[in-house]
Amino acid sequence: MGDLAQLVLKRLGYGLLTLLVVSILIFFAVELLPGDVAEAVLGQGATPETVAAMREQLGLDRPAIIRYVEWLGGAVTGDFGISAVSGDPVMQVIGTRFVNTLFLAAYAAVIAVPFAIVLGIIVALLRNSVFDRVANVATLTSISSPEFFLGYILILFLAVKVPLFPAIASLSGDMSFFQLLERTFLPALTLVLVVTAHMMRMTRASIINLLASPYIEMARLKGVPPWKVIVRHALPNAWAPIINVVALNLAYLITGVVLVEVVFVYPGIGQALVDAVSKRDFPVVQAASLIFAGTFILLNLAADIGAILTNPRLRHPK
Amino acid sequence: MTTFSDKDILLEIKDLEIQGYSDETWIDIIKGVDLTLHRGEVLGLIGESGAGKSTIGAAAMGYARDGTRISNGSIEFDGMELTTATEGERRALRGSRIAYVAQSAAASFNPAHKIIDQHTEAPVQYRIQKRLEAQEDAMELYERLRLPNPDEIGFRYPHQVSGGQLQRAMTAMAMACRPDLIIFDEPTTALDVTTQIEVLAAIRDIVDQFDTAAIYITHDLAVVAQMADTIKVLLKGEEVEQASTVEMLKNPKEEYTKSLWAVRSFKRDQKSRPTDGTPPIISVKNIDAAYTGGEKVLDDVSFDIYPGMTVAVVGESGSGKSTTARCITGLLPPMAGEIQFKGETLPPKYTDRNKDQLRQAQMIYQMADTALNPKVQIHEIIGRPAQFYSGLKGQALKQRVDELLDLIELEPSQYYHRYPPELSGGQKQRIGIARALAAEPEFIICDEVTSALDQLVAEGILRLLDRLQQELNLAYMFITHDLATVRSIADEVVVMQQGKVVEQGAKDKMFKPPHHPYTDLLLSSVPEMDPNWLTDLLEERGVENVGESADVNQEPPDGTAGDTKPAS
Repeated sequence: MGDLAQLVLKRLGYGLLTLLVVSILIFFAVELLPGDVAEAVLGQGATPETVAAMREQLGLDRPAIIRYVEWLGGAVTGDFGISAVSGDPVMQVIGTRFVNTLFLAAYAAVIAVPFAIVLGIIVALLRNSVFDRVANVATLTSISSPEFFLGYILILFLAVKVPLFPAIASLSGDMSFFQLLERTFLPALTLVLVVTAHMMRMTRASIINLLASPYIEMARLKGVPPWKVIVRHALPNAWAPIINVVALNLAYLITGVVLVEVVFVYPGIGQALVDAVSKRDFPVVQAASLIFAGTFILLNLAADIGAILTNPRLRHPK
Repeated sequence: MTTFSDKDILLEIKDLEIQGYSDETWIDIIKGVDLTLHRGEVLGLIGESGAGKSTIGAAAMGYARDGTRISNGSIEFDGMELTTATEGERRALRGSRIAYVAQSAAASFNPAHKIIDQHTEAPVQYRIQKRLEAQEDAMELYERLRLPNPDEIGFRYPHQVSGGQLQRAMTAMAMACRPDLIIFDEPTTALDVTTQIEVLAAIRDIVDQFDTAAIYITHDLAVVAQMADTIKVLLKGEEVEQASTVEMLKNPKEEYTKSLWAVRSFKRDQKSRPTDGTPPIISVKNIDAAYTGGEKVLDDVSFDIYPGMTVAVVGESGSGKSTTARCITGLLPPMAGEIQFKGETLPPKYTDRNKDQLRQAQMIYQMADTALNPKVQIHEIIGRPAQFYSGLKGQALKQRVDELLDLIELEPSQYYHRYPPELSGGQKQRIGIARALAAEPEFIICDEVTSALDQLVAEGILRLLDRLQQELNLAYMFITHDLATVRSIADEVVVMQQGKVVEQGAKDKMFKPPHHPYTDLLLSSVPEMDPNWLTDLLEERGVENVGESADVNQEPPDGTAGDTKPAS
């Protein structure tokens, strides 16, 4: 097990290193944008003197490197500075919104991941049948449609024509968990439709890819029934690529859902980021970007480790 | 030899025709084969690749591989017609009454499950035994097959067990439901000679003990002579002839069978080292090597290869033969020691060598299939090194490619624009040779170049290599585990074991006693055509320790020899 722990620690180290590089990129990319917080806060009517005074007050006149180190130091402890627009701490502005995004992502993932994998196993078992083709065409259609379009279609059918679910997923503090689930069902369903195809097709492909292996033929020649050949003999060896695609899709559920949030008026972090960019609220932009990057790296790291853990050669060294 | 005609017929195949789907049409691959097998009889199916041995073996289980179909004929197993049975009925036979032992146990055990869980799968599924009973039974079978630690070995994962042990575990697995018939599909082809013996002995024992009928598929005549009561020879999906083993060995009737029997006829005269002080063309001096982070796999290896001579490097898999080749070519810089070319030290890394030094280290690989890019035309495969090393262009390059194709006896106009997948195994290997020659080297490393080929084709390659050696005064380092090949073409032999050279010298001396004990073991393990060879050998070595002999002598204590190579 020593080897395995070492491998995991190494990956973790690489992950942190990547995050550091990304933080540099984020900070200095935002630096490159024309204008700065002082100008943004004071507006167009500000005189150069007031802008300079503001800069001095905010410490913006100091070299970028020093500000980066300070910013990074704060970020590590969860302090991303003050929003340039509202004057509140950044964490206060985006904290709850990030939690909302996580909630919606988890909601969609809990439905989509098992659904996609089970569907993938079924179509691998019934490969080249009518069901296989229908499932492929349906999931491909849903992934090829833009998500705002899917969202509006769902609103049209499930909220307007047949009013089963609310069309607007705005939240209030006193909702029960089940109300919450009902309120956010349509955005979650939209996301499920978007991410299912990838995961299902990868499950199908990686299982079918293994069906030519000698050990699969051996299982068949041992009289193992077809479903068991797939579930017991192919699937345990197919996890690595499946886990990777699942992780990529989970990352998408968190970082790529701006459009869905807009369609359903859902108070997520994506909307907050778009608002902040348009209002030049740099501290919020930087914080949101770093959180996105962290999520992305964390999920990929989890996928790497998951893939390692499903490899019996690594789990059971000689 | 027992006669079986008075026993019940277990399997009767009549006029079997099987088709395979390729190029969008169905083509016949088995063209009307009959086969009768009695209870307790072992039938040897032999022939070259493409003869349809394996396809017939699968068909005996009512199984057609993906892309093939049984198009005609009948397969009757113990009164049940398999061609008209439902898939469910056929499946119910597999594993319970007919079992299968595959060529590569390493690839045929599922890497994700413990060996014993795979063993008990069939008996538990058929409700023959409860899980724990089946495990007990598995341990007993492991013991009968003389696997070390029979109570514990099943709880390991396949990658934790050596190839020979896995092959025995697979034979045990086939026995799990005490089937009436076992199909052995080249069960020892992937093993070293020393390991092969224990597996052969184990298979023969267990088949005898349970009076199981078997179809033994192989391309190795000497092996089939040890195992089978009856031999059937196949060629391109048709039967050539069938007779009892003794009869077949003594009086083969058909020309094709005779040619198979006589295949190891090629032999060339042995050359000796030059006496005029010519330096060796390649001199390996005291090299040690290891793969990144791994243990040392070469330990103080030294030998010389003189111009125009063939030095055979023999040893089991994992003995360091290919690693030595990697050191010579500079792919794996040694930790200690050096490689000299004509007395001049070569830089250890290939990236530090100049073109002229690189030109000298050409390789021909075992698997021509994977060593040639399938999407590149033949003229480009051969032309690229000619362009790189000799700077040829345009018409001169075309001429050189034609010349090279002529050298390897392939008609240039026919092969110039073709792609590797369109060629046969032997032709692909010839392209590999031409590619090595394109660099105009004086020295070529041949890494198991004939072991993936049928015997007749392999002999053609050996003859070609010999002719090229005479015409171009080439020196060969010939890596092989096949001692018959060594006998036919080598001038000198280097025997390697666990990364060390245990013995080296001129071929005639090496094949005469006294030997180093390991050389002796290697030599005596090569199957001979005499049907009593295995029995005699086992008696000589002592039956009881033969199962373990190879384990004890050649494998490190944890029993994982043969895995020192990185995953390839």
